[in-house]
Amino acid sequence: MLVLEHVGKTYANGVHALEGVTLNVGLGEIVAIVGGSGCGKSTLLRAISGLDHPTHGRITLDGEKITQPHEKIGIIFQEPRLLPWLTVADNVGFGIAHLPKEERQRRVARVLEKVGLSDKAGVWPRELSGGQAQRVAIARALVPQPEVLLLDEPFSALDAFTRTDLQDHVLALWAEFRPTLIFVTHDVEEAIVMADRIIVMRPHPGRLYEEIAADLPRPRDRQSAAFDFVKRRVLAALDRSLGHTARIDDRQDKAEQGAAMWW
Amino acid sequence: MSLAHMTIAAPDTAKATRAPIRRRVSRAWLGLVVPVTLAVIWEIAVRLGVSDGRLVPPPSVISNTLWELAQSGELWKHTLATVTRVAAGFGLGVVAGTLLGAIAGYSSLSRRLMDPTLQALRSIPSIAWVPLFILWFGIFEESKITLIAVGVFFPVYLGVMGAIMSVDRKIVEVGRVFRLSGPALVRRILLPAVLPSYIVALRSGLGLGWMFVVAAELLGASEGLGFLLIDGQQLGKPAQIVAAIVAFAIIGKTTDWIIATASAPFLRWEDRFSARGEER
Repeated sequence: MLVLEHVGKTYANGVHALEGVTLNVGLGEIVAIVGGSGCGKSTLLRAISGLDHPTHGRITLDGEKITQPHEKIGIIFQEPRLLPWLTVADNVGFGIAHLPKEERQRRVARVLEKVGLSDKAGVWPRELSGGQAQRVAIARALVPQPEVLLLDEPFSALDAFTRTDLQDHVLALWAEFRPTLIFVTHDVEEAIVMADRIIVMRPHPGRLYEEIAADLPRPRDRQSAAFDFVKRRVLAALDRSLGHTARIDDRQDKAEQGAAMWW
Repeated sequence: MSLAHMTIAAPDTAKATRAPIRRRVSRAWLGLVVPVTLAVIWEIAVRLGVSDGRLVPPPSVISNTLWELAQSGELWKHTLATVTRVAAGFGLGVVAGTLLGAIAGYSSLSRRLMDPTLQALRSIPSIAWVPLFILWFGIFEESKITLIAVGVFFPVYLGVMGAIMSVDRKIVEVGRVFRLSGPALVRRILLPAVLPSYIVALRSGLGLGWMFVVAAELLGASEGLGFLLIDGQQLGKPAQIVAAIVAFAIIGKTTDWIIATASAPFLRWEDRFSARGEER
């Protein structure tokens, strides 16, 4: 169980990024975090990962306080962040270097097979496409078998087809390993396709605004009425979350984004 | 590397090495066209009596001189003296440059402490040190090696510091996520990340090392290729000067090639513009 109690973060430059976030996430749950720019989504995720420290409140995993990166918590970034001097297989095995070689190879081979990249084990990262590289990053995060997997807009740099494909991959991997997934996204449909709960945040400072349950049967049908219903609720909550504090640049953002992204 | 990779990649690499070797050789020949043509033209000009070739000796005279120097053992003695000096100075300079560069790149406090001083020292033309070094270390090997080490130090120091400072924060974060300790972070993330720039720094350091050995030997030596130069000047033997210059060129190029070739296997992963088409 991941527990956040009154978590707040004020940066050294005075920016108040996060305030009073209280949240419980059970093992194996999938939680999506959505919200306008500057509402502290990434700050929250980085605090849970232990890469940054909250200035207020506390974060615990199974009762253990998180103050630095933890072996039970993995994170996948927006970019693959592969190490260019390691082959795909060595990148995937990066986090389990302490294990015996055979065990390592076995686990790497298994996860690579799961993400459909067994044939790429020996190539350099430079030879991968964007989607393949992100799949390797997912494999790398999964190989130590984390209890909690954090995903910071993991698919936002990819084209629509690759994105859908990767969502399926992540869901399949989740079904097998059953980690807790917490992911930040800009894509409301992505949130509903994947998550059990969707948390809408509001900016200035970043706070939890509304929580929407998406208890639809899996696999989720984007065309179904129930899906549409949840989508409307999330969009309405987002509008309200921004409406109170909506500034001009937020509205411009809205106009500039395509239809797939709601603003 | 996994077993799967071996089986997949083996036929590939076999194919990949055969073709480019032929291409690389033909490219190397291409580089010889200009100097060889110039040499042949000059040789012909001297033979035809267009010039007496006294101050600018033709290739045949130079190669004769080289041959004689080699026969008498002179060439080897002088080359060995020079190479030993460069090796010692290069070794010292690389060790000092790498250590201080790594410290300055890693900790911003020590960078703020040391870097201004070192940058100020760097702006001194290194030859200006020679009188001082001779006073300090005498006229024999120590002062020469110190001068070479100073020349090698700065490019290595700057290269290492710059490389460490420009390592991508995002890549370092990957190391933090997997809870690498300080030494492990250095070994598994920082070192491989700075390796390409480090090799470049070593090569430019070596280039300066060769430059400074000449300066050191011109200023007073009883052996070494630089001594051959000054000896040729004082005794009016231009062919000996050019022979020494040719020897410098060959050794300098060879040592640079050794670094480049020895480092190549560690840099295969690089996504370089010039590597395109070489590998596949």
